[in-house]
Amino acid sequence: MTAVNDFVVQFSNINGSGSASANRLFARAVLRMGVPVSARNIFPSNIQGMPTWFEVRVSGAGHLGRRGDGPDLLVAMNPQTWDADVAGLQPGGYLLYDSTKPLPRTMHRDDITVLGVPITELCHGEYADPRERLLLRNIVYVGALSALLEMDVAELERLLAEEFRGKARLVAPNVRALHLGRDYAQAHLPCPIGLRVERSTAVGDRIFIDGNTAAALGCVYGGATVAAWYPITPSTGLVDAFARHCRRYRIEPETGKRRYAILQAEDELASIGIVIGAAWNGARAFTATSGPGISLMQEYLGFAYFSEIPAVVFDVQRAGPSTGMPTRTQQSDLLACAYASHGDTKHVLLIPDDPREAFEFAALAFDLADRLQTPVFVMLDLDMAMNDWLCDPLVWDDARRMDRGKVMTAQALDDTPVFGRYRDVDGDGIPYRTYPGTHPSRGAFVSRGTTRDPFGRYTEDGPTYVDNMERLLRKFETAKAFVPAPVGRPAGGPAVAGVIYYGSTSPAMQEAFGILAHQGIALDALRVRAFPFAQSVAEFIDAHDRVFVVEQNRDAQLRMLLVAECGVDPSRLTPVLHYDGTPITARFIAQEIAARIEHPSVAPARR
Amino acid sequence: MTYLPKPKLHHPDATVNAIGFTRRDYESAVSTLCAGCGHDAISAAIVQACFELDLPPHRVAKLSGIGCSSKTPQYFLGAAHGLNTLHGRMPSALTGANLANRDLIYLAISGDGDSASIGLGHFAHIIRRGVHMTYIVANNGVYGLTRGQFSATADKGSAGKRGTLNADEPVDLVSLALQLGATFVARSFSGDREQLVPLIKAALLHGGAAFIDCISPCVAFNNHAGSTKSFEYVREHDEAVNPFDLVLGPPDTRDPGEMAEETVRDADVMLRMREREAEYDLHDRIAAMTYLETRRAAGTIVTGLLYLDPEPRDLHAHLETVAEPLTHLGDAELCPGGTALAAFNGTLR
Repeated sequence: MTAVNDFVVQFSNINGSGSASANRLFARAVLRMGVPVSARNIFPSNIQGMPTWFEVRVSGAGHLGRRGDGPDLLVAMNPQTWDADVAGLQPGGYLLYDSTKPLPRTMHRDDITVLGVPITELCHGEYADPRERLLLRNIVYVGALSALLEMDVAELERLLAEEFRGKARLVAPNVRALHLGRDYAQAHLPCPIGLRVERSTAVGDRIFIDGNTAAALGCVYGGATVAAWYPITPSTGLVDAFARHCRRYRIEPETGKRRYAILQAEDELASIGIVIGAAWNGARAFTATSGPGISLMQEYLGFAYFSEIPAVVFDVQRAGPSTGMPTRTQQSDLLACAYASHGDTKHVLLIPDDPREAFEFAALAFDLADRLQTPVFVMLDLDMAMNDWLCDPLVWDDARRMDRGKVMTAQALDDTPVFGRYRDVDGDGIPYRTYPGTHPSRGAFVSRGTTRDPFGRYTEDGPTYVDNMERLLRKFETAKAFVPAPVGRPAGGPAVAGVIYYGSTSPAMQEAFGILAHQGIALDALRVRAFPFAQSVAEFIDAHDRVFVVEQNRDAQLRMLLVAECGVDPSRLTPVLHYDGTPITARFIAQEIAARIEHPSVAPARR
Repeated sequence: MTYLPKPKLHHPDATVNAIGFTRRDYESAVSTLCAGCGHDAISAAIVQACFELDLPPHRVAKLSGIGCSSKTPQYFLGAAHGLNTLHGRMPSALTGANLANRDLIYLAISGDGDSASIGLGHFAHIIRRGVHMTYIVANNGVYGLTRGQFSATADKGSAGKRGTLNADEPVDLVSLALQLGATFVARSFSGDREQLVPLIKAALLHGGAAFIDCISPCVAFNNHAGSTKSFEYVREHDEAVNPFDLVLGPPDTRDPGEMAEETVRDADVMLRMREREAEYDLHDRIAAMTYLETRRAAGTIVTGLLYLDPEPRDLHAHLETVAEPLTHLGDAELCPGGTALAAFNGTLR
């Protein structure tokens, strides 16, 4: 097998062995050589001892989705999964293993190249400290890879120096480990192998960042001051990152005090309650959670919808239901969020497709929640949130100011003859609110879940209730113009069908367009970025006899929303569904779509 | 309840407090609770306490859960914002509100079903976090709106209206609050205005989590013989540890005599107390817990200010937040700007 800048390396490790940072080091070194990579950590819900995989796709062409199929190069550091890992390797692929203990020949395959490096032995010879012996094994194999793939070792050395900046004594043993592996490979193995990394300029000024870190920074830029949360994978990293960003950007210089409050609540019922209390009182507040947390927040979400209190909720989706597969990815909370709570409710969802957009939508979510006075969900997923993605740099317009929506000041209250908390003064369904403590005698009201008239007074009168519910619908209609519009990608000629996709499916979809075009299948595409849907979504569906809806869940949840909200004939929307907990691949999408276009009567192959 | 609206005209000679408000300015809509309900007496005591403390009504935020007691914020402080939240979930909303704006005065109104049954978890956590507030539970041991079921504070062996005996141990919110670190813990009785008003005033001036468990008989479902939360039973078994008056002013205005003084907050706010139980130490948390249990075993309902930490720390102190309310911070303080972002991008390549 030979390939330049186009192959997949899989690291098979034991979790808790410190491998993730070494694997990330490898990925970043490839990036520093200007070659795009996507890196995915596939890990169990466990602290130590279970198998974990890290997959690095090197793609000079810039394909950032998971490729699928087996890797071309396997770094097998976990005897537990050896058999399955080796069996998954592509024919003609390469196997790098720790040859300290020679493995029986029967465990190898004849159609692959086996590369042995006595990693444990090298570490034992070099380091006395047992912890160093263990951790630096990971750096030794990165060193060996640098030789096998003909990488620029200076990039790795620079990265190590940056990584351990301020901890100089850690740099030397790491660099030594790097060269132990590299020197051994150069002396004993055929370097380079058929796979090579060649310097390129394809990365450009793009950055390598995970969605949790980016979304958390969006919260800082969006002016969030109160965060309440309950630990849950895969969203915990978002709050951790918010705390990190705040320590850097939100300390009052004169006093060292914090311009933010982060509270770990006793459960998700409390986290959303804290957010709603803070937002009612005029702060920008958010929580980050995953599916089970969304379930627990249902009652308060309906309360916020009905009493019209802004709240921002990040849902980092994972495979469900219940505890499901907490460390695997899915897009399966769409319906749970869109119609969260009891009674008639509908919520605004923002659906970014990469960390850059997660940053942008996070900041936007606070403006939208304030303008619409309602909960706004930012729908992330584990793949995008916990893995570093290569994406465009984050940008911020310094002229931008927080848009707090329709808030009456004391002066405005004095100037207005009539104030009613729930009056639709402007005809857009959005009423005016006041923050507690604003005016000594005017503008106060009791927010509640029970029904009330336009002046906030308790009533159970049927027509008044209906009027209010209709106004909330009007507000939802208004939201369509506020939320990010869908992004179209026309086929550039006659298209056989349309395709709708969203969120972290994006990179796989981009790659699938190329594969399908190669097979003569041209598609018009639309990436949905928000709920409620803009009018252009219905128009896109109307313009195509057949529209594929590509999703990472079992029940075709976006398709259900499209049918319910756009009045579309369901038979025109063909679901393409991937939901085994691994990120969707271009090969899967292309295969599914091609099969149905060529054999329209064949039932879809479920995966 | 009454169907008569309150007259709009105020009495021209109505007493005015230091900030120019009459007692009526601290009232609000007419109560819709049953005639004789203990909760209305609590509302009246809140009105009186706020009036006497010269609090600007709109600087109070009143939050409640669900239940008869949680309806009452509509009946006092009409100029204050209210948040009538979910059943058992008011503490989290209050916590968030307090984080957002530390300058308002937080008044939490709840019931025994709300705080001891469905919301026990939230109650526990707001107390242990030391949120600066006055948390009043109108405790009648029974569900009113759903017609007479026992709540978690109903005493073991007490009888329901139809004669059912409660077999479960009661949750004692006062003991819980003490154990969980409330810095002001009191129990009172809605039938004892003389005790309740100064307690609420002292709680409002306290700089940390102040909790008042106020036994407030339900005239509709829990005021019969066999109930331990009836007017008659509570009057017979009430044992106040420390009836006191609240005096505002610098320390040198104190009247020596029999009055022992306790600082509630700051040096200029003093609590004067006539000590009835000489051995009762207001600052000894463990002794308070023991005393409560001992008296409970003897069948007595201990009321009064049971524990006071004169130097409370609140959640904002723990979180080291800035002195200015977070909700007042603007773009300049909150948004790091484009240059910082460009630098951040630089660390990700």
